[in-house]
Amino acid sequence: MIPVNYYIILSAILFTIGVVGVLIRRNALIIFMSIELMLNAANLAFVAFSSVIRSFSGQIFVFFVIAVAAAEVAVGLALIVEIFKSKRSIDVDQLSSMKG
Amino acid sequence: MHFAQEASTGFFFLAPWLVFAPLVGLLINLIFGQWFMKQPWGENAVGIVASLASGAAFVVSILLTSSLSANHGEVARWYLADWIQIGELRLDWTFRIDSLSSIMMLVISGVGTLIHIYAIGYMREDVRFKNDVGRFPRFFIYLNLFIAMMMILVAGDSYMMLFVGWEGVGLCSFLLIGFWYELDLLGRTSWSNSNAAVKAFVVNRIGDFGFLIAGFIMFWALGSFQFDEVFEAAEGAAPGVILAITLLMLVGVAGKSAQIPLYVWLPDAMAGPTPVSALIHAATMVTAGVYLITRSAELYTLVPQAQYIVALTGAITALFAATIAVGQYDIKKVLAYSTISQLGFMVAAVGMGAFVAGMFHLVTHAFFKALLFLSAGSVILGVERGHHHLAHASGHHGSKHGKNKGKKKEQRHEPVHEEEGEHFDAGDMRNMGGMRKTMPITYWVYLIGALALAGIVPFAGFWSKDEILLDASLHYPLIYWMLTVAAFLTAFYMGRQIWMVFFGEPRHEAAAHAEESPGVMTIPLMVLAALSVLGGALNLPFEGFHNLGHWLEYTLREVESLSFNAPVAGIATVLAVVAIYASWLIYGRSPLRAGEVDPLKKRLGSVFTALQNKWYIDELYHAVVVTPYMKISQFLADVIDWRFWHDWFHENVIVGTYNWISHIGLNRYADQRGIDAAANGLATVTQWLSVTLRQIQNGFVRSYALSVLLGVVLIVGYLILR
Amino acid sequence: MNLDLIFFLLLALIAVATALGMLLSRNAIYSALFLVLNFVTVAVFYLLLGAPFIAMAQITVYAGAIMVLFLFVIMLLGAESLPQEQVLPWQRPLAVLLALALAIESTFIFLTRARPLGDVTQPDESVNTVTNLRALGEALFTQYLLPFEVTSILLLVAMIGAIVLVRKEKRVP
Repeated sequence: MIPVNYYIILSAILFTIGVVGVLIRRNALIIFMSIELMLNAANLAFVAFSSVIRSFSGQIFVFFVIAVAAAEVAVGLALIVEIFKSKRSIDVDQLSSMKG
Repeated sequence: MHFAQEASTGFFFLAPWLVFAPLVGLLINLIFGQWFMKQPWGENAVGIVASLASGAAFVVSILLTSSLSANHGEVARWYLADWIQIGELRLDWTFRIDSLSSIMMLVISGVGTLIHIYAIGYMREDVRFKNDVGRFPRFFIYLNLFIAMMMILVAGDSYMMLFVGWEGVGLCSFLLIGFWYELDLLGRTSWSNSNAAVKAFVVNRIGDFGFLIAGFIMFWALGSFQFDEVFEAAEGAAPGVILAITLLMLVGVAGKSAQIPLYVWLPDAMAGPTPVSALIHAATMVTAGVYLITRSAELYTLVPQAQYIVALTGAITALFAATIAVGQYDIKKVLAYSTISQLGFMVAAVGMGAFVAGMFHLVTHAFFKALLFLSAGSVILGVERGHHHLAHASGHHGSKHGKNKGKKKEQRHEPVHEEEGEHFDAGDMRNMGGMRKTMPITYWVYLIGALALAGIVPFAGFWSKDEILLDASLHYPLIYWMLTVAAFLTAFYMGRQIWMVFFGEPRHEAAAHAEESPGVMTIPLMVLAALSVLGGALNLPFEGFHNLGHWLEYTLREVESLSFNAPVAGIATVLAVVAIYASWLIYGRSPLRAGEVDPLKKRLGSVFTALQNKWYIDELYHAVVVTPYMKISQFLADVIDWRFWHDWFHENVIVGTYNWISHIGLNRYADQRGIDAAANGLATVTQWLSVTLRQIQNGFVRSYALSVLLGVVLIVGYLILR
Repeated sequence: MNLDLIFFLLLALIAVATALGMLLSRNAIYSALFLVLNFVTVAVFYLLLGAPFIAMAQITVYAGAIMVLFLFVIMLLGAESLPQEQVLPWQRPLAVLLALALAIESTFIFLTRARPLGDVTQPDESVNTVTNLRALGEALFTQYLLPFEVTSILLLVAMIGAIVLVRKEKRVP
């Protein structure tokens, strides 16, 4: 008997924490993880709604989100490895090559 | 109406050629003149072209007159073209051929042609004496222009057309008097000749002003300028208006015909070459005033007060000028004052209503005055020839100072020998003497002219002058006496001139070596002499011989034909003979010798000095009119125009304002502080904006992400608040 | 205040705590592990919401595969910790502020503005049955076939991409 609004609020809070993580941390991997947290929060909202309206659509969508997230992580980590090879650091602040 | 009686028979269609023939001659000489002068026969060509042009005008005059007489003197008007048409004003170029204008035409073109022929010879020598042969064609161009303008004057059918010719002859007078504009009478570089020309023009201008005002009143009150319409309207007009018109026209006559007080230009006009003096200032232009009054006879007869003023002016002028002529030494100046005096006779005549007498005297005066002037020119050239002969024979700046060259000199009175040739005055009678032996032809024709002028029977002058005196004696005693005294003086000063110039011994070597003039000059002189002798036949005061009178009857309504009056004629003749005898007593019996003072001076003393100085009239005018005018003009030019306007006002106010507007107003405020500031400010703002906004692009991913979050927050906030 | 609500709040608390833990750890390994815990918690939430398959998938894929991958890379790169912050000092506070604002806004919307959507009831036995799962599978292979196939291609592409990215460049002689 929990109003679905609570789930949504929880999802929003988790999302916000994910946003903060993206903005505050300089470690690229932590940023990536925060992104995953954000995706997860969105998934929670999907599933919550899916249970309310008693349809599978939400769950299936979450299925796809998980799949896409996996793919994205693979590629993203590969990129981070590459950047590390050239910059010797995964500090995103080091990635700026603009002068002045 | 334009198309007047164009007679199917008759030569009236030739009327425009009165003007066009001289214009054609003028144009030929204008275009080809310089080319002519490059040929050896050039001067003859120029002169012949001009003379033929004038001669053609004479032929046309004869044909027109014959057609006129065939029509029994009926006025013929020949329309040429329209000129001005504004509102009610309609002026056109229409020629009027009637008995009055035909007389004028014949005199102008006839005497004019003779003078043209004479001028060929005269100018040929004159340009060489003055060292400017190239100026030869210009003279004949101006002469032909004069003939054309004079024809417009006398053949015009309206007062305005007359005025066009009036102004035109004034212009030609200016051009011809100032022909040697850079010299003076003796050939030195000077303003003298051009000043004389300007004086003639300006004084004439004063007269023209009077004429114009008369014209304006005429149009305003009577509604037209055309002669017939004016005369018709005048009969119903207020007498005050007609009086004003006639008196103002008298001002114009005083200017053009050299009456008091506007005569002062004529003596100065002797600065021009002698043919000019003969044609313009003796025979034709100066008679334009007399013609004007005669033409306006119908106006003058309506206002007897004006007529009397006219007559009085003429008589006073006649007497006044005659006195001055007695004291002159220059041969042409004597003739100039004589002309003024004779014009006084004519003006007095037409003032008294004796139009026939006036016109008669005009014609005869044209003959013998032109003769006298041309002969005087011959004398002057003869003396110049003698002078140059001497200069070339003995060498310039002769070291042989005062050497006795002549054979007839007395030991005590050595003739004067000038050091420098240019300052020799060939016109001074004191340098002449004994010319009848050196220049016989000139002597005989001059004598005839002088006798005609003095009024000795049976020469032409006697008959014409006598008629004037007769008319005066019958109606105006005061004028009669003034004119009689003037006639006495006329004979006296002409006698004086003859004795001084042609008799006695030469008072200068140049006169001793004078040579006679060539045929081209002497033949016209002889023609004029013949006319002076026979001219009286034009209007003898005997029944059956009033030719001129009858001829003029066609134009003038009334003509009083006077018959011969023995007492008047007798008194006049006796006086003339007495005058000549008196002059012989003073000048002829013991001829003047070189360097001797004029004997009349001894007798009259300061009076003679006053006569010699023309009664100081020129000096009076100069002090009363010219000097104040120059002072005012100087003041206006120097103080008002230059110092005030140019220096102060222009520099400070205009330039200052402009500079202020430009430097301070526009430059500093508008441009620098306004526009520049705006433009620069725009740039500065843009720059600041760009500098500021650039900082967003700092290359840090975190800040980019922050901006995304910021956007999201704002949008969500907006959606909440909406 | 019934049991469900208490349970929910407890789990929610754990989820938020682990999330914060991930955020605030200095050590990347710790962060990863915190995240794993978070995922597990969320999986429990899925179970509560009657989505057992998704819960399993979450644990298997997310916590099992993805996080392991993360740990591999962390240990590969030796990126446990980073030196202190050097640039953009203003960015942190501002970011926290704005995120807080976002959170408040979202909460506000769903507490007050949004109309009540309904309640989540406790799942009954039927969610665990095969038919429920069958229905899910059917829906996945009929209605959502296209996205399914596209996703498989996406995974293929991702694999190839990852391999290509880390390949050494062959020097041309």
